[in-house]
Amino acid sequence: MMVPILKQGHFLIATIMAALSDEDMRQFREALLDRVVTSRASAVIIDVMAMDVLDSFATRTLREIAYMTKLRGARTVLVGVQPEVALTMVQLGLHLEGVATALDLEEGLAYLDRLNRRP
Amino acid sequence: MKLARFLLWEWRVVNSMAPPCQVRVPIASDGDIIVARQKGRALASELGFSSTDLVRIATAISELARNVLSYAARGEIRLEPVNCRNRSGIAIVASDAGPGIADVEQAMQDAFSTSGGLGLGLPGVRRLMDEFKIESTVGQGTTVSATKWCRR
Repeated sequence: MMVPILKQGHFLIATIMAALSDEDMRQFREALLDRVVTSRASAVIIDVMAMDVLDSFATRTLREIAYMTKLRGARTVLVGVQPEVALTMVQLGLHLEGVATALDLEEGLAYLDRLNRRP
Repeated sequence: MKLARFLLWEWRVVNSMAPPCQVRVPIASDGDIIVARQKGRALASELGFSSTDLVRIATAISELARNVLSYAARGEIRLEPVNCRNRSGIAIVASDAGPGIADVEQAMQDAFSTSGGLGLGLPGVRRLMDEFKIESTVGQGTTVSATKWCRR
């Protein structure tokens, strides 16, 4: 299962289209970090709208991605977390501290634009 | 001809009444985790669970299946509809013949883990489900059973 990663200006947009196995998730992490390095992107948007489950492994991997891209000087914005998924994550005790989130792709782009415009 | 028609009718009636039955998913690779949670979600949806509960159930299955894989390498997830006093629900039973848990009480505490995980697996699953039970014998394996009841 490949996760398409598109470049738009200085941003990378990765859209997870279906449930990913742990191995797919690890491959996605490597591929995304590779792209952050080669494209010199300043931000990454990860769209998880199609994910019906964000369990401890997926959450940890997303947190790792966010931290690794931060070390490369780029930001990560997670968009599209479904309300039921958010509720379950909170009950399960999963945290995404330090990861910016936005409602959807549009809001994610608007958030990054606002940050860029700030002097 | 009449008999054939009767048999067809009977077959239809029996089929429409047949309750959703038990599903067993062997767990031996990380792809099986996805199969298990998809089957669990499908069964729970047939039983009439809300969309929030479907995510809770699928997530609980995901956590339990991953525990089986990371601590015992292989095992099984059994999913079955359950009934009690006019309530219907779904039972998830994760079993393995792995090393077992020496201190179940300790394993049920948040932030305790021996495999480098988050240590949230079991207490988290207990919070997502309505009933929760662990049976474990060191050297023989672990069986975790969790049940979620359908709200009406």
